Amino acid sequence: MSAEKFSNPVVRWIDHRLPVFSMLDHEKYDYPVPKNLNYFWNFGVLAGLALVIMIVTGIVLAMNYTAHVDHAFSSVERIMRDVNHGWLIRYIHMNAASFFFIVVYIHIFRGLYYGSYKAPRELLWMLGVVIFLLMMATAFMGYVLPWGQMSFWGATVITNLFSAIPIVGESIVTFLWGGFSVDNPTLNRFFSLHYLMPFVIAGVVVLHIVALHRFGSNNPIGIDAKGPQDTISFHPYYTIKDMVGIAMFLLLLAVAVFFFPNAMGHPDNYIPANPMQTPAHIVPEWYFLPFYAILRAVPDKLGGVLLMFAAIFVLFILPWLDRSPVRSARFRPVFRIFFWLLFIDCIALGYLGGKPAEGVYVVLSRIATVWYFLHFLVILPMLSVFETTKPLPKSISEPVLATAKGAA
Amino acid sequence: MVKFLIASVTALAALIGVAGPAQAAGGGDVKLVSGEWSFAGPFGYFDKGAMQRGFQVYREVCAGCHGVEYLAFRNLADLGYNDAEIKAIAAEYEVMDGPDDDGEMFMRAARPADLIPSPYRNDNEARANNNGALPPDLSLITKARANGADYLYSLLLGYEDAPASTEVPDGMYYNNAYSGHLIAMPQPIYGDDVEYADGTPTTPESLAADVTHFLMWAAEPKMEVRKRIGVAAVFFLSIFLIMSYMAKRRVWAELH
Amino acid sequence: MANTNSKPAKSATDPREVGRRDFIVVATYAMGAVGAAAVAWPLINQMNPAADTLALASTEVDVSKIAEGQAITVTWRGKPVFIRHRTADEIARANAIDSAELRDPQEDEARVQKPELLVLVGVCTHLGCVPLGQKTGEVKGEYDGWFCPCHGSHYDTSGRIRKGPAPTNLEVPPYTFLSDAVIRIG
Repeated sequence: MSAEKFSNPVVRWIDHRLPVFSMLDHEKYDYPVPKNLNYFWNFGVLAGLALVIMIVTGIVLAMNYTAHVDHAFSSVERIMRDVNHGWLIRYIHMNAASFFFIVVYIHIFRGLYYGSYKAPRELLWMLGVVIFLLMMATAFMGYVLPWGQMSFWGATVITNLFSAIPIVGESIVTFLWGGFSVDNPTLNRFFSLHYLMPFVIAGVVVLHIVALHRFGSNNPIGIDAKGPQDTISFHPYYTIKDMVGIAMFLLLLAVAVFFFPNAMGHPDNYIPANPMQTPAHIVPEWYFLPFYAILRAVPDKLGGVLLMFAAIFVLFILPWLDRSPVRSARFRPVFRIFFWLLFIDCIALGYLGGKPAEGVYVVLSRIATVWYFLHFLVILPMLSVFETTKPLPKSISEPVLATAKGAA
Repeated sequence: MVKFLIASVTALAALIGVAGPAQAAGGGDVKLVSGEWSFAGPFGYFDKGAMQRGFQVYREVCAGCHGVEYLAFRNLADLGYNDAEIKAIAAEYEVMDGPDDDGEMFMRAARPADLIPSPYRNDNEARANNNGALPPDLSLITKARANGADYLYSLLLGYEDAPASTEVPDGMYYNNAYSGHLIAMPQPIYGDDVEYADGTPTTPESLAADVTHFLMWAAEPKMEVRKRIGVAAVFFLSIFLIMSYMAKRRVWAELH
Repeated sequence: MANTNSKPAKSATDPREVGRRDFIVVATYAMGAVGAAAVAWPLINQMNPAADTLALASTEVDVSKIAEGQAITVTWRGKPVFIRHRTADEIARANAIDSAELRDPQEDEARVQKPELLVLVGVCTHLGCVPLGQKTGEVKGEYDGWFCPCHGSHYDTSGRIRKGPAPTNLEVPPYTFLSDAVIRIG
């Protein structure tokens, strides 16, 4: 069989013994992909690209970085000033981290809108949430490494979250620090773990893809492919379509890296860490702000921490909260309204997380937090029961043909 | 495609909406004046004359209290000095070296590879000499403050008489650009502090602008090359985006 | 579409053939490859010596205190540099041999600026070990110069390879006399 598939004799020789080319060929041509995916389906590939960019630039940065409290800040400055192209590599790493989160957030909201978490893709979705959690841990530890003021105080505040745990909390925090404050042992272990975690993420991504290929991609209509007329091969159709997304992604990333490299960072991180003085207004990186807002919305220490983790945990059980058999929001008029309310709610939480915890901001944070949980725990289960959905099309090719004719 | 554009714009808008306020927060009721900076914008560049004058202002006005610890004399090549001039500038400074064969540290004339020495040996000495206030190192100051260049420029020109409602304690000064308005640094620039080597007439504004220019370079010495590569990269990727979209249309056209 | 030479109808159904001969499709993938190659360069170039490393490439040494027959070792670019104040006998022995017979032919006078002061990079040209022979009492090899313990290379009083696996003489670094007492290496 392989003898017919490949004309190159070297490829044929290798493939006979190590069928990597057959596997690639299978993914490219035999794996059926719904023909109606829109550009929101680019974001999975883009997230993978972002992970690769982060790992490659990160390995290179690690060659020039020194994980010691006395040298970390100046080693980063050396990267920025003396190492060949060091400034470029570091700015790519900084900004691609933000872009990674942008891409993943869009990827998550796409899943929410089109019901990609529903049966039989529950594990696919849950693995995605695991990746998201690992990303947050990795990003948090990476932000500590330059050992600026925000690094230090971010590390202090976030590790102190664990002190909220009754009885053993203080011991856990001391354990995490390897001392009695955030110090050199903390920096060393964060560097080690920051280097390790991306590879763990890559491993879970492989599982994520295995789970994806079991049933294939969901699609904007949310009904399963009924046969070959509903699907096309990944290559060349989606490779070229992904190329458009990649070009867009890289273009926006280039604009950020070359013209606004510090726009998504915080100026205080260009001040070396000072354990004696906290900056006037500390905020986490922008991608943590919604969760930070939930943390601060609760007046109780333990309660805030629990609620923050619960905000992610609800995503784990989402496939069992939303029991509606219809996946896509296109056919769920009421769900669609609530989806956009949730979207606005999350943006609002992000905005509020960046504001000082005082006055009207606290009240608004509480409202937004309540709405977030209301959406998942009350509204979605209720909609599953009471919503009247629109009739579903018979197959994927039916509406696709209809629009094609309409457009022509 | 339209949806994709909407998605991208939404993402960016969300980002600015979230990151923007986080950036600007903590400003209070300060007033910032904007300078006209040659380094602003995608084609921005550093003005060598302004940087050389700014370096002179730094040496004669700021260097008594503030260091630039990440700058080496060799970096001054970016300001347009040649090797001999850099050697001569370095030789005016003394740095500690050692230990020598007897185990003693000793002072010697600085060389181009040396970092520019800071005025104080450590933070404690700096505090002891400044009423307990710590003059920050200036090598990253324009990146360590929001709107760095405008902030620094405004701060240097922001000294004025305190309004009647504000009591200014001893050793503090009133500055309209400083958060909280009470700053421990006395007014550094009056306009006639420096006589420029190139004969450029001096005003408070020109001194403040030149030293800001110098410190902007000090914080981000690779800005020029960054923007130069950036223009090329954005151009290349724009073409790539257009071509890949056309290629996508071509490939998908065969489906129907 | 811009493309005018349309394909045979049968190829359009086979995904393996779609777009293969379309200029715009091929050019797009080619452009992607060019872009990836351009990005590879900074990632590789960062391993070359950084600007601060390059700037530190010279060392000044006071050689006036080295007694005749003694040697000191200083650091230059992270490597040991041997400076030996040679005796008249050592200089004579270095000049006694016909350099044409050597593995790496070189006159002694081509290796020194002042005959009594020999400056060498103290790294064996075989595989980079530091030869013995600097301290009094250390093995100096059969030719009374230096001896590399790793693989048994013998160097003479001019630092030239005489016996053993090393292919070339010990390297003489670039140096200048700033005064009679001080040299600058590099």
